[in-house]
This record gives sequence, structure tokens and C-alpha cells, in this order.
Amino acid sequence: MAEHIVSLKKVNKFFGDNHVIKDLNLDINEGEFLTLLGPSGCGKTTILRMVAGFEDATNGTIEVQGERVEDKEAYERDVNTVFQSYALFPHMTVFDNIAYGLTVKKVPKSEITRRVKEMLELVQLMGFEGRKPDMMSGGQKQRVAIARALINNPKVLLLDEPLGALDLQLRKQMQIELKRLQKQLHITFVYVTHDQEEAMTMSDRIAVMNGGVIEHLASPDEIYKAPKTRFVANFIGESNLFTGKLESLENGIGGVATTLGKAKLELSGFEPGEEMHICVRPEVMKYSKEPVDGFSLRGTVKNVIFVGAQYRTLVTMEDGYDVKINRVKQNKDLKEGDDIYLYWEPDDATGIKA
Amino acid sequence: MAGEKRLSKRLRKKRLWGRVSNVYAFLVYLFIYVPIIVMVIYSFNDQKNNYYWNGFTTEWYEKLFTNSDLVGYLGISLIVAVAATIISVIIGTIGALGLVRFEFKLKSVISNSLYIPIVVPEVVLGISLLMLFEIANFPLGMTTMILSHATFCIPFVVIIMRGRIAGMDLSIEEASMDLGANRLITFFRVTLPLLIPGIMSGAFMSFTLSIDDVIISNFVAGPYATTLPVKILSMVKTGLSPEVNALTTLMVLVLLVGILINNAVQALLKKRALTNIKSYF
Amino acid sequence: MSENNAMTLAPKKSFLKRNLPVVSTAGPISIWMIIFVMLPLLYILFISFMSRDVYGNIEYTFTTDNYKEMIQPLYLKVIWKSLKLAFLTTVICLVVGYPLAYYIASKPSKLAAKLLMLVMIPYWTSSLVRLFSINQLGMPNGFLNLLLLKLGIVSEPVDFLFSDGIVIMGLLTAMLPFSVLPLYSSIEKLDKSLLEASKDLGANPAKTFIKVTIPLTMPGIVGCVLLVFIPSLGMYYVPEMLGGGKVMLIGTLIKNQFLMTKNWPFGASLAILLILITLAMMWIYTRVGKLDELEVG
Repeated sequence: MAEHIVSLKKVNKFFGDNHVIKDLNLDINEGEFLTLLGPSGCGKTTILRMVAGFEDATNGTIEVQGERVEDKEAYERDVNTVFQSYALFPHMTVFDNIAYGLTVKKVPKSEITRRVKEMLELVQLMGFEGRKPDMMSGGQKQRVAIARALINNPKVLLLDEPLGALDLQLRKQMQIELKRLQKQLHITFVYVTHDQEEAMTMSDRIAVMNGGVIEHLASPDEIYKAPKTRFVANFIGESNLFTGKLESLENGIGGVATTLGKAKLELSGFEPGEEMHICVRPEVMKYSKEPVDGFSLRGTVKNVIFVGAQYRTLVTMEDGYDVKINRVKQNKDLKEGDDIYLYWEPDDATGIKA
Repeated sequence: MAGEKRLSKRLRKKRLWGRVSNVYAFLVYLFIYVPIIVMVIYSFNDQKNNYYWNGFTTEWYEKLFTNSDLVGYLGISLIVAVAATIISVIIGTIGALGLVRFEFKLKSVISNSLYIPIVVPEVVLGISLLMLFEIANFPLGMTTMILSHATFCIPFVVIIMRGRIAGMDLSIEEASMDLGANRLITFFRVTLPLLIPGIMSGAFMSFTLSIDDVIISNFVAGPYATTLPVKILSMVKTGLSPEVNALTTLMVLVLLVGILINNAVQALLKKRALTNIKSYF
Repeated sequence: MSENNAMTLAPKKSFLKRNLPVVSTAGPISIWMIIFVMLPLLYILFISFMSRDVYGNIEYTFTTDNYKEMIQPLYLKVIWKSLKLAFLTTVICLVVGYPLAYYIASKPSKLAAKLLMLVMIPYWTSSLVRLFSINQLGMPNGFLNLLLLKLGIVSEPVDFLFSDGIVIMGLLTAMLPFSVLPLYSSIEKLDKSLLEASKDLGANPAKTFIKVTIPLTMPGIVGCVLLVFIPSLGMYYVPEMLGGGKVMLIGTLIKNQFLMTKNWPFGASLAILLILITLAMMWIYTRVGKLDELEVG
């Protein structure tokens, strides 16, 4: 029964007439780092708040450790939250903030002192226990917020864009630190962010959300290489998308008539005659001066830009669509105005159902 | 040369304007303070009827402390004011929480009714409360005074507290609940401490409104809960004794000392906070 | 299938558990406002349409006599005088208070806070005693006459008391602080660059003041009117202390119906009149508020 630590089944949430979570199912494994990723308003924070107990689902069930929690108040649930705004108690010292959960549970004083010390060590804030939150930097406040949640030994730690208010440098440092904490403590982390790079760096699995539904739930690697939907392909990294109809499917290789010409790719689970999209990442896009067997995608080089780590070539297609090609080194033979043919290795492209 | 002259003319005009406005402000302040100055002067006047100056005396101050029932009326005023303040702060603060945080059927009716005691002339509220107590056959006295004073103080407390509560970060209370504190513990450990500044200003407002009220008190005081203002109003017909001047002068003195102490404490706290911050760096 | 549906429906928390937070917070204040404010006011409205017997007891028969009684010349005169004095007080408060509020707002914020405090301090002293001081000043053998006699402006003492003038003086002492506060806060919010823009566009100070400053501080002006005019109508103790029995205003009239003649229905109808005047002023206030929003937004 309790193979999943958190399990949402057919959950719906309405705010008035606004349907923000639509028939959502989500199983979270014990000890994993799961990220809910999506644009603002996609419902990711609402899911977190429903698991924490700050919002009630309109219908559906939410289970934590196999036990339904809809009837439990936030203070009765074995999950803790790290808030985007830190939500530290401004009238308490760092020590009292971290000790809060144990104090309300009436844990003996000596044990509280011992465990707060442990926590301060864990988040590297020794010597700060006497300070008030308004005398600390954003990064320090976030460490206090994390320690304050972790001291309760939660089954699940919910993090709501915890690094949103920090600058880039500090974010990167905290990302590594959060990952270290999660590995060290073996606690399930459910992390909400709109930053795909952050999600990629830290997560075991990512749930990409859009409009109240999970569009794709998989490992970062899989989500990048084989996005399940057009939205995911566009939202995660850069992609070139071609739309067309599957004409033939032989030995796992499909021939597609796209709106810009013929193309082929490795496919499974598609039927000939089906409408589909092809997603090709810029770094695996290839080109040639001559037509390549199975492809007829022609375009004109618009420009070549050096963007630091790589060269980016934009190729304008017949209908005006710009295809992106990224290379670490620029090919000497490519210049503005060249007519070229685009192609790719069949296993580098992904088919997406229309 | 010409430009310099013009500039100095403009400057002169500006300076004159500044002087005129200073004089104007002084005159208005004088108008505001003349009654108080007269009150203080007469408290030292060696003449019972207070009409003309008859020489300096401290007789009225001595009388005030030895044999005067005025201090007793002041005591009643203080009891009513303190009790009404406590009631209105409790009901007003908790009520403001309910009005800000929750939706319920009567919400807009209750919200709008708060403005009635604030805008409707006090005499209307006075007669309506008098009628209420008469119909309920409730004898006029301390209880009716305290209930009435709380009624016109509560709306001010709610309006002050509503602003403070709406400006509070909701996630701080959520964090408390998330960490295992139920609503009651959260209220006493987190919400209440954060609302203390607002509660203080609400209490101050209530106390000053209550202690000076004549219009409503005059209706609901009855014979046994005569506050100082009600007593003074009843004395007007026969002429006020200079003891009243002496008592009010002392009250102004207490108020001024209170303000000065408050300012000093605030300044000290600010200074300490600054040195605290400095010691960290 | 239907069984499956039933299972996935979230179980509802018990009624008490769901409603306890609302009831425990909003409950007490709702009950308080209903018992001590709304019901009594409804009762006033009710008995203002009732008649009374010869002993002053209320008879529960419908009548509009109480409202008709107001039209008697005697009472019309009282109502008219009350409105006149309240209006004059309001105008003087505006004319005196606006420049002072402007003066305070033009000072640096620390000094401004102190100056505002100075306006408010007298309000924390007994308003009755302040009124009595004015009474003492205005007596035939009081300070004011002494001064006027010494300066040779008058040859014999003037009786300032029992006149409309000294009642307005008294209302001013009580009301001036309340007019300065709303005026100050709207002048303080005024965007100074707008005034500079007006000057830049060639308007002289007087024109700038009439065309820009006054319209932009309208909310404060109306707020001041609201805070001065309405209470002035009900302050019965001011004319009582300064006007002797000679200046009768609506507040005293209402009070007398309850404390002296025991004519509750007539007193109630006068109270309803005051409430209607208040509502009319509030309506104007919200209109100006909306107007202001439109112009700024």
C-alpha cells in the first residue's frame, strides 16, 4: 500500500469558477527529489499547498504514506514546508525559529538544544542562534527556514520556489547544498520551481505542468531527450519542431511528410497516417549542401552568432520558420545566404503525438 | 547685473512669504492652545468663581488631594476607560481577523455597520443605547457605561487592526501550522506578538475616546457611574470650581510626561537596535 | 464505477471543524454590532413612526405626526440654525485648517510629525474644560473684556456669551484638529512635480492652487467636511456651555426629548433626520472618492 510516500488520485481544485488542477494523478516515491516545473499559474504551488494542508482539494484523494490526509489539518500532517518568502517568525531568534516545531510538541528543553545545534551545524549556521531574522541575508534566512522544517524529521519536505528571491550565484550554491542535504538525510523532497535549469540540476524526476495537468513526468534526461508533448519540448531547453503526417513505418523508422518537406526518424507507438510533430534539439541538427536520403528540408542561412559557449546558426525555412543549430565550433564553410539541406540521425529526433 | 537684482527680489519675496506663513501658523496654534493656557492660569487663581485674576494660590491643588470628590469621578472615568479599552481591543482584534481572513454571509453587513458609530453623530448613538438598556430593563450604571464605550471604540480598533492584518504575510502563520502548532497556539505565539504595535495604537485610541466622552456617557451613566466629563457638564450650570482646572492641568502634565517618556524610550530602542546591528559586522 | 466515484470524493470535515475559525473570530463582533448598533437603530426608525399617550408611554400605532411636527416654525428654526452653525464651523475649519495643513506638509517629515502632534495634544485634554476656558474668557469680567477695555477698544464690557459667535468658537476648538488631519494627509500625498509642471506651463501660484492643488486634495477636503460638519450637528454640550439656554440646536433638542420631556418618538424622528443628513454626506463623499479614482487611474 505504502509504496509511494505521497499519492494524489484524480485530484481537482477549483478557485471559484477557475479550474486550476484537472483530474491530476501523481505518485511520489520514497526518498526521491521530485520537481514540479511549469510556468506561473500552472497549478504547481497549489499541489504543494494541498499536500501541506493549506488548501483543500475540491475532490479526489491525497495520501501520505498510504494514509488519506484530507481530514487532517496542516499541523497534523507529517510534512513540512519551506516557503518562498522564508516566512521566518520575525519576533523570534534563529534558535527559537528552528526550535519552534519541537517547542509546540513540548519536547524536553535539553533535547531541543541538542537538536537545534545539530541543525545549525547541518545548514552551517553555527553561532547565529541569537540573531533575529531581519539581521540576516537572504541565503542565511533560507538556511534557517530549511533547518526549521528539517528538525521535525518530516517524511516529506515541500519546497515552494525556495531560491526564488536569491541572486544567481547564491542560487547555484544553494542548489548544490539542497541536493547534498537531500542525499544525506534521505528525505523525499517535493520542489516547486519555474526555472528549468534548477529542475534539471537537482531532480531525480521532473513533472512538467501546464494548465493544471502534468504533461510529462520522467527523469530530467528523458524529458530533455524525448519530450512527450509540444509544450514540454518548447518549455524544456530549445527545440526545432516540424509538423506533419506519418507516411510509412518500416523497421522502426518512420517517414514523415512535414509541411516543409520529407524527414525520417526512429519511432514506436505510432500508426501510419497519424498527424505528428518532430522535435529535434539544436545541437543534433545537421546540414549538408546536397540533399540527404529521406530528407528534403531546405533553408537559407540567416546568420551565425557567437553566444559564448557555442555558435548559433539560424536557418530560415520556406515558410519563414527559423531553425536553430548549435555547435561548439563553427564550420568554416557556412555563411549568410547559403542554401542548405537539414537532416538528423534518425535516433536523435523524437516523435510527439499531435 | 539686472538678473542679480531680479533674483534677490524673488528671494526677498520668498523670505517674506515664509515669515508670513510662520506667523500664521503661530496664530492658529495660539488659538488652539489659548483655552489650555487659560485653564492652567485659572488653576492658580485665588478666587472661587474664576472670573478675574485675584492672585496666585496652590489652594485648589491641595483641596483636590485632601477633600474633593473629583478624584473619585476621575477614578470612575479610568475604570470605564480601561474596561472599555480591554473589551474593544479583544473583540476588535479577533473580529478584524475574522473579517479579513474569512468569507461569511453577513460579512459586508457587519463591515459596513462598523462605520455607523464613527460617522453618525454621537447623540444618535447615545439615545439608541439608552433605549436599548431601557427596553431590556437593564439598570444604568458601570455595566451600561462600559458596554456603551466599548461600542464606539470597537469600530476604531477593527479599522486599525484590519489594515495591520491585511498587511501581514499569511505564510508566517501557515509556517506555524505547518510546524505542528494548531490555530490557537499559532494565534498566541505568532499572530498576536506580530500584531502588538497595532493593538497598542488601537488601545491608545480607545482609551482617549473613552476618557473624554461626554455625549454618550450623559445618556447611559445613570446615578452611580458618573465619569469626570459627565460630572463637569453637570457642574457647568453652577460654575466650575478651580479644582477642576487643577485636576485637568495635572492630567495634561501626565499626558505630556507620558509623550516625552514614550519618545525617549523609542529613541533609546532605535539607538540600541543600531548598535546591535553594528556589533554584528 | 459509482463505488469508485464515492471513494475519490474528498470526505468533508465536520461542520463544526470547518466553521469554528469563522464563528470564533467573526462571531463576537457580529453579535456585538447587531445588538448594540443595528437593532437599536432599527428600533429608532420603528418608534419614529409610533405615537405616545399622555404619560409619554409609546403607543404602538402608526403615525407620521413626529415628522410633521418638525415643520413647526419653532423646530424648523432650530434645525435651520444647527445646519447654519455646522456649515459655518466647517467653512472656517477649512479656511483656517487648509493653510495650516499645507504649512505642516511643507516641512521636513520629522518636524511635520511634531507639528501634527502639537495639533493633537489639546484634543487629549478634556474638551469640556477647554470650553469652560472659552466661557471664562468671554465673561463680562473675563480676560477678553479686560484686554479690550485696557486697549480702549470698547468702553464697557461686552457680553460675548450666549451668542452664535461664541458657539462657533467652541465648535472650532473642538473640531479644528479633525480638519487638519485629513487635509494634511491628502496634501502630503500630493505629487509635488505636478505643481512644478503647472508652474512650468505658465500658471501663476494662485492659478496653480485653484486648478491643480485644490482638485487633487479634494478627498481631504471632503473628509474634513465629513469629520467636522456631522459631529457639529450633534455636539449638544457646546451650545449648552457657551450659549446658555439661549442657543438651541438639534443635538440639545434630541437630548431633551429623551432626558427631559420623554417624547421618544419625536426624538427618534429627529435622530432619523440626522442619520439621513449623514447618509447624504457619505454619499457625496463616496462620489468624490470615485471621481478621484477615475482621474488618477
